[in-house]
Amino acid sequence: MKEIVIISGKGGTGKTSITGCFAALAENAVLADCDVDAADLHMLLAPQVMETTDFISGHQAVIREDDCTACGICMEKCKFNAINLTEEGKCRVDPYSCEGCMVCVQVCPVNAIDFPDSLCGEWYFSHTRFGPMVHAKLGIGQENSGKLVSTVRREAAAKAKELEKDLVIVDGPPGIGCPVIASITGASLLVVVTEPTISGKHDMKRVLELAKHFSIPALVIVNKWDINPEMTQEIEKDTVAGGAHPVGRIPYDRSFTVAQINGRTLVEEKTGQAVENITTIWEKIWQTIK
Amino acid sequence: MRIAVASGKGGTGKTTVAVALTLASQEPAVYADCDVEEPNGSIFLRPEVDRVEKVLVEVPEIDESKCNACGDCARFCQFNALVSFNTPPLVFSDLCHSCGGCELVCPTGAISWKKVPVGEISFGTSNGGRISVIQGKLDVGGSLAPPVIRQVKAQLTDDVFTVVDSPPGTSCPVIESLGEADYVLLVTEATPFGLHDLKLAVETVRELGTPFSVVINRFDEGDSGVEDYCASEKIHIMVRIPHRREMAEAYSRGGNLFDAIPEMLDVFRNIPVTIEKGVEV
Repeated sequence: MKEIVIISGKGGTGKTSITGCFAALAENAVLADCDVDAADLHMLLAPQVMETTDFISGHQAVIREDDCTACGICMEKCKFNAINLTEEGKCRVDPYSCEGCMVCVQVCPVNAIDFPDSLCGEWYFSHTRFGPMVHAKLGIGQENSGKLVSTVRREAAAKAKELEKDLVIVDGPPGIGCPVIASITGASLLVVVTEPTISGKHDMKRVLELAKHFSIPALVIVNKWDINPEMTQEIEKDTVAGGAHPVGRIPYDRSFTVAQINGRTLVEEKTGQAVENITTIWEKIWQTIK
Repeated sequence: MRIAVASGKGGTGKTTVAVALTLASQEPAVYADCDVEEPNGSIFLRPEVDRVEKVLVEVPEIDESKCNACGDCARFCQFNALVSFNTPPLVFSDLCHSCGGCELVCPTGAISWKKVPVGEISFGTSNGGRISVIQGKLDVGGSLAPPVIRQVKAQLTDDVFTVVDSPPGTSCPVIESLGEADYVLLVTEATPFGLHDLKLAVETVRELGTPFSVVINRFDEGDSGVEDYCASEKIHIMVRIPHRREMAEAYSRGGNLFDAIPEMLDVFRNIPVTIEKGVEV
């Protein structure tokens, strides 16, 4: 079983629209959306949810105000400034600042702090017109997005095994931090979608450094390449210098937006230069990995 | 006044708006780049950087001569940053949240703290010194953005007009960036993805209780979903930025919004005034 992860560093380069096209072109794949805090792939693939599972990860400190003596030791020991005094003179945990470290529970002299499991979101197993899909929704402001990403990848791999699929296609999150690292470690191949802008180039370089750091081979697509052909060339040079390979260019095409509005992938929406390029790119990716 | 510029979806023009807001201000201003995984504000503001500070976090260091290999620290750690097999623990610094719990439970006083770098903060000025640019940057391979964001925020004061460029999404780094802002501008685009992620961002800001309004970028390019949603939720639309190919091209070269669409300058000058007057949701 092979796993391809599509990432971008910078947001808005067309990563999800292109992932949707790959989902349509792949023949025997499981799809996974690891962009768990702003997941959009489902808007192109219209998954029919078959199973929903709570994602419980970590804990949350909760002070029983009736038992709290407001001695302030927890406030003093909390490294996240997550505990404040209420107007009634009791200690209260701000759930958005609490990282669930349990230090307050440990130091409270009257055992007034509970430490329940934290419900951080949910994940789904679904059917789409292109095959099975695993996706998730992280609760607002929740920690543990990295662990939810790992859960989505693990469940997608398990489904691939169970259903005898030979490929998992992962739509990854933007950035280079915790959820991105959780999305790419151990993957067979990274496909980086960038755009010919200074920001796109800057962010792509950081993503390629990350790929190198984890020794994962990477291919680079320049989307909207004709917005700045010189920058496209520079990016392709930087790709090679960064130890990766350019795999193709896709022109700026307003039809991506139209397809999105219609809830379809571009390859279903129309034919044309962009679709031809995406099809060729997909064939190259498949040749690289199979 | 501190205005945070955020968006659920990446690539909607968040940095473009944050930079424009800073440039439009006629008073001294601070641009704080809290999008520390991919900080891009400096591409457009081109500050002269005068100093760079490392962001250090504390991680445990085990004195093996004192450690009795009881494993209490590893059992206590909620982040699996310490692992012990009846041995002195191995420390996985990348997972450590620096909470201090392991030291607290160690019965033999074998744990002390050492500082490790996770990123850096640069300080510079732009526009002849009128704009101070403070940029946080997470080291490649580092996973914890919040400590870098916290350190950027620690540099900010209340007495100067400040624009915070937040990371995309809705998880912990975003919450960290939006904290203590007086006002949030949520940047979106007129597409189904833009609308879907705007709804998440609105939910986030409403949870925090900070007043906010919406900026629609490329408002004339997609569909009317965002407009309809804002109308039904009674959310004020602060600015509508038109789609122009010139903007995409200027942006690709590091140009700002006013290079491509000069008539936007007056609109952006007016934003802080409108906020002062108290346009809320």
